[in-house]
Amino acid sequence: METLEPILRVHPFLEGLAPQHIQLIVGCASNVRFDAGQTIFHEGEEANQFYIVRHGKIALEIFAPNRGSLIVETLGEGDILGWSWLIPPYEWHLDAKAIELTRAIALDGKCLRKKCEEDHDLGYELLKRFAHIIEQRLEATRIQILDMYGERS
Amino acid sequence: MANVPDTGLETMTASAEPMVPALFRIQRVRQETHDTFTVELEPPSRRKTFTFAPGQFNMLYVLGVGEVPISISGNPADSHVLIHTMRAVGTVTKAMRTLKRGDFLGVRGPFGTTWPVAEAVGNDVIIVAGGIGLAPLRPVIYRILAERERYGKIIFLYGTRTPADILYRRELEQWRSRFDLDVQITVDRAQAGWRANVGVVTTLIPKVAFDPANTIAMVCGPEVMMRFTIQALQKRGLGLNDIYVSMERNMKCGIGFCGHCQYGPMFICKDGPVFSYDRIKDLFLIREL
Repeated sequence: METLEPILRVHPFLEGLAPQHIQLIVGCASNVRFDAGQTIFHEGEEANQFYIVRHGKIALEIFAPNRGSLIVETLGEGDILGWSWLIPPYEWHLDAKAIELTRAIALDGKCLRKKCEEDHDLGYELLKRFAHIIEQRLEATRIQILDMYGERS
Repeated sequence: MANVPDTGLETMTASAEPMVPALFRIQRVRQETHDTFTVELEPPSRRKTFTFAPGQFNMLYVLGVGEVPISISGNPADSHVLIHTMRAVGTVTKAMRTLKRGDFLGVRGPFGTTWPVAEAVGNDVIIVAGGIGLAPLRPVIYRILAERERYGKIIFLYGTRTPADILYRRELEQWRSRFDLDVQITVDRAQAGWRANVGVVTTLIPKVAFDPANTIAMVCGPEVMMRFTIQALQKRGLGLNDIYVSMERNMKCGIGFCGHCQYGPMFICKDGPVFSYDRIKDLFLIREL
């Protein structure tokens, strides 16, 4: 049976994982597709997935009263969408919406959390990878809030 | 420098009297964004042309108000019109924004060093512009596109504050439609409905394809943006001597006499504004220099 293993094995996010860990992750993976304009998740909803974007573009939005939905980041091919599945209370902190037709691999968070509890090596490897993504996004956010193109520049 | 056809016209380059401005007539003033505008200037006499190389700047003098250094942002192949884009932030640029077609501006220049357009021949080129930093890089794009076959991949990354702050919108759309140019635009924030990227320009660098061993990077924007851009380029494997930046300081004379733009042992107006990063790396990281 054809699985997502060949795709996941070579993805930069999972590069270097032991074959048995890849197999565990494959067991929680499925292909998903979002049409342009389709909401992927809403702020406050239960966060039980993360996504490896294969193609397309996704907007992360925050709704602000009197200002509407503001896009704070966009993600595209190769990017990872979502880490709230990993951190209690497992709720999304943003809205995510497909800007264009988007294909991704969805990873079932509940399934992965269970496997990480059973195999701490897998848990550590995943945490290291997510810590790296969180660090990159935090750094980008810090630069973003500098408003470096403002009046003084 | 641009090849100027032999038309019998007199070519203006750096003047023998570099402290004396020549009067250029304004042909057109165009509002680019809410705080940014472009002036198109005609050389003093119909028999004169003006040549420059990408990266150079002029000292522009608003009569009776003052003088400011502004990068040249037009096409180096067109020596009959001189184009400058600037943000109205100080006394001089705010006064300049009120000028109209037919008014005069004093021009001294061109001054300064140039982007390594010739050195980049045969290589991939990554151009990273932030905000008004696109203006000094636009001549590079004109020059490269005029000789596109001489270069490898051309990647142009442009970051700005919001969609309303995007410069040269029509030209960017034309460039984006080309198959031989990878153009990526990102803004720091946008309303829902914006279909391009949101995020700082540095986040685009890991995602674009180029050969780090054979790539020249040209970076212009606020210094903090250039700092993080250089870090991202280094992570992709670019050498310090393959990264070029355009620096900005308080330039007055334009010829290295007055010392206002001193930058360590150098003067930005004479030794810059374009530097390879390995030349200024130690200075670049000194705060308040």
